[in-house]
Amino acid sequence: MTTLLILTVLVLVAIAIWQIGKIFELSQMGKEMSTAEIADDSDNQNNGYLLFGFLIFIYGITIFSFAKYSKVLLPVAASEHGPDYDTLMWVSFAVIFVVQTLTQALLHYFGYKYRGKKGKKALFYADNDRLEFIWTIIPVIVLAGLIISGLYYWTEIMDVNEEDDPLIVELYAQQFNWTARYGGQDNVLGDASVRLIDINRANVLGLDESDPNASDDVIVKELYLPVGRKVNFYMRSQDVLHSAYMPHFRAQMNCVPGMITQFSFTPTITTEEMRLNPDVVDKVKRTNQLRAQWAAEGRPNSDPWEFDYVLLCNKICGKSHYNMQMKIIVVTEDEYNDWMAEQKTFTQTLLAANGSESIPPNEDKQELTEIVAVNQQ
Amino acid sequence: MSAVAHEHVDAHDDHGHHHKETFITKYIFSQDHKMIAKQYFITGVLVMGFIGIAMSLLFRMQLAWPGESFAIFETFLGKWAPEGVMDADVYLALITMHGTIMVFFVLTAGLSGTFSNLLIPLQIGARDMASGFLNMVSYWLFFLSSVLMVISLFVEAGPAAAGWTIYPPLSALPMAQPGSGMGMTLWLLSMTIFIASSLLGSLNYIVTVLNLRTKGMSMTRLPLTIWAFFVTAVIGVISFPVLLSAGLLLLMDRSFGTSFFLSDIFIQGEVLHYQGGSPVLYEHLFWFLGHPEVYIVLLPALGITSEVMATNARKPIFGYRAMVASILAIAFLSTIVWGHHMFISGMNPFLGSVFTFTTLLIAIPSAVKAFNYITTLWKGNLQLNPGMLFSIGLVSTFISGGLTGIILGDSTLDINVHDTYFVVAHFHLVMGISALYGLFAGAYHWFPKMFQGRMMNKNLGYIHFWITAVCAYGIFFPMHFVGMAGVPRRYYENTAFPMFDELTNVQVLMTVFALIAGLAQLVFVYNFIYSIFYGKRGPQNPWSSTTLEWTAPQEHIHGNWPGKIPEVHRWAYDYSKTYENGEYIIPGQDFVPQHIPLQENEEELNH
Repeated sequence: MTTLLILTVLVLVAIAIWQIGKIFELSQMGKEMSTAEIADDSDNQNNGYLLFGFLIFIYGITIFSFAKYSKVLLPVAASEHGPDYDTLMWVSFAVIFVVQTLTQALLHYFGYKYRGKKGKKALFYADNDRLEFIWTIIPVIVLAGLIISGLYYWTEIMDVNEEDDPLIVELYAQQFNWTARYGGQDNVLGDASVRLIDINRANVLGLDESDPNASDDVIVKELYLPVGRKVNFYMRSQDVLHSAYMPHFRAQMNCVPGMITQFSFTPTITTEEMRLNPDVVDKVKRTNQLRAQWAAEGRPNSDPWEFDYVLLCNKICGKSHYNMQMKIIVVTEDEYNDWMAEQKTFTQTLLAANGSESIPPNEDKQELTEIVAVNQQ
Repeated sequence: MSAVAHEHVDAHDDHGHHHKETFITKYIFSQDHKMIAKQYFITGVLVMGFIGIAMSLLFRMQLAWPGESFAIFETFLGKWAPEGVMDADVYLALITMHGTIMVFFVLTAGLSGTFSNLLIPLQIGARDMASGFLNMVSYWLFFLSSVLMVISLFVEAGPAAAGWTIYPPLSALPMAQPGSGMGMTLWLLSMTIFIASSLLGSLNYIVTVLNLRTKGMSMTRLPLTIWAFFVTAVIGVISFPVLLSAGLLLLMDRSFGTSFFLSDIFIQGEVLHYQGGSPVLYEHLFWFLGHPEVYIVLLPALGITSEVMATNARKPIFGYRAMVASILAIAFLSTIVWGHHMFISGMNPFLGSVFTFTTLLIAIPSAVKAFNYITTLWKGNLQLNPGMLFSIGLVSTFISGGLTGIILGDSTLDINVHDTYFVVAHFHLVMGISALYGLFAGAYHWFPKMFQGRMMNKNLGYIHFWITAVCAYGIFFPMHFVGMAGVPRRYYENTAFPMFDELTNVQVLMTVFALIAGLAQLVFVYNFIYSIFYGKRGPQNPWSSTTLEWTAPQEHIHGNWPGKIPEVHRWAYDYSKTYENGEYIIPGQDFVPQHIPLQENEEELNH
């Protein structure tokens, strides 16, 4: 009962306050207007100075970011088209920075310089065809230059052809890992379809077992590439969209279920060489200092790191999108051949999963490989 | 009230016979454009904006301190943050809903809905929208879609989590991610209703602008706000139906087993029956809306800026006709550039070349606009009200964000920065922050028009602006470097790649700025709500503006003007206009409102 009484009192008090507020509000109506919330000379003065300060802030954060974060950018491009890409990028950035510096300066300086004062007269200046023509034509010319060079490189990069005996590699994406398939000895990929996937026979990429081109295909979980040889990538995905992103090679292409997409580049720097690049050495050093610190704090995932090229997934694909990666190792032609010789072909892996149904046809080759390996030791 | 009824009322020159309005017809099912504008603002900006920004703060914390436990995560995310550690699925859900809510609900409905509704009738001199009823339906459909979108946050398996672009197959297959179940169905349903709302609204705006302009208000005398709202509505009508079709086809793929977007899928140990569809088709349909959508968000903000800037600079907007031409050029080009979102989607590279060309073309009208804004400030008498500061801020972020578009619009350069944080930084500055600044500029400037002459506190406004301006650059400037270091967007954490380790402190810096920026928005919310009830009443025309809305009385009346609708005799930008001897046209007053007839010896300078 008391609760009810208290509640009633509270409600009544609330209503009373509301009504008093309303009376107060009504009494205010028709009174002279207040100009307190309109900027006066001192507001204009203060905010004018702040606008100038803001210009310095913009320059400051630009300089700060460049000084502090330039080092985190990607190291030198490791593919043949990469340096062209980087050049075009820096040219575009130069243009951007000139324009950014000038326009921000004008904008904020005008904001400061022409801050309002009582009695000041603004200039009625509504039009100037020549001025407008100038700042229409300048972007046209600059952009035309950028478009033309951009399109030139674009057609070069996107022209995936069979010239210069490219290495044929399939990148196969699934939630949440990558698989690579090489054309094998004949350098031709066998036909494949998700409808042919047979987990029981370890045919995880759905290769057509009756296709002779498929039998010598090599399926691996780490991407080995010979330096200096063009690689044609053919991308497939078995479930959702993924994107094969190889930032060190300035290369990226989406993997789309139901179609085969392609990209091509020539690696120019081996992993070993890249590890000796001064920028990379510095980066690894910085990172390992950080990781040592983390290890001291007992945080997981803080072992020392050695530089490697990576293939990342760069199209949202589900829960573990953030950890869908594959190591890329660029090696010399010889090292590549040695590595390839150690790999099992599709037919071999297929049979291995099915016990000893028949004799692997490539047995001779495998023995040879073992001998080579022994000799090398 | 229909247009016919207006004419009837106008003919009698009286508007005194007010209908008795109940609480419901006045505040809830109101057909009055001013009330609908307020409803849009409160639902779209205050409520949905709060949710959208709060989500971004949560996932920014996860990015800065990956895998760490926060009590706040457990409070808001519940089972999705066991022991306060955010789950990877809910991270994707948060970024998806943040994008959806901010782009569609806040910056499309909240921005256009509020200011088109408020300003179109008032600035063109109309009693109300062409169809008050459709306008009301449009708002309530928007409300319904907002409710559905919020409900989807509470679905058992979580809300949609396939990114705001909801590319299939991820969005189509519940086995690909839990959010693609009920959450995605609700997302699609909500967006379908949203599109219906947007179309009703847009058609109404178009018809109103074309048919209900007052006497003398020719198209070339329209304030640039109206031009922007009008063209925005046109591109909305052109492009939103395409998103609807994409959504419907996706709904059919999901529910009825069709194969529009799906083909050759093997997931969780089995082959699905889908055959012959293409996810790339979905991308085309989505971005046919998605890119114009950027301008649907941005153009109203630019329109508001044009008006606020000219008024506060006490100068005509520089190059009125060039501004109108730029708006039209941007609108036209915006419908033929969508492919720049798809350079590496697997579509024909030749198409990529075409889209590079059209995309860089759109930089030209954008550049013209930026230069014209800067020239408008030159030799002005700048009244640095909060609205003006936000307008200047908009030009600043529009330039900074727009310039990096030159990189992304170039198909070659896009290869390595596509879908990285570079993109995130670019579009947040150029459309997110810029459009928000436009929204704030409009809120401060037209608050007196929305709430019976009350004004927002200017000092709180200054605090709001300066914190936001510093933080916006503090968040998004360093973000470009994260992108160029190769960090992909939509990663729950970057710890799986040691090459990104040294970027951790950049992430912390950005998050700290984001948290401060988030708090600063509360200052705005407080200022807004407080001023509704206790804001000081300003003069009828507080900013000494030339446009018609300030000739209407502060008290809201149905039909806007008590007597005759004012007639228009000049363009909207006669600020600081003088006779040849240097005297103001109206002595002692540096502006000539649109309804003042040309004075003797005055030259009409329509530009």
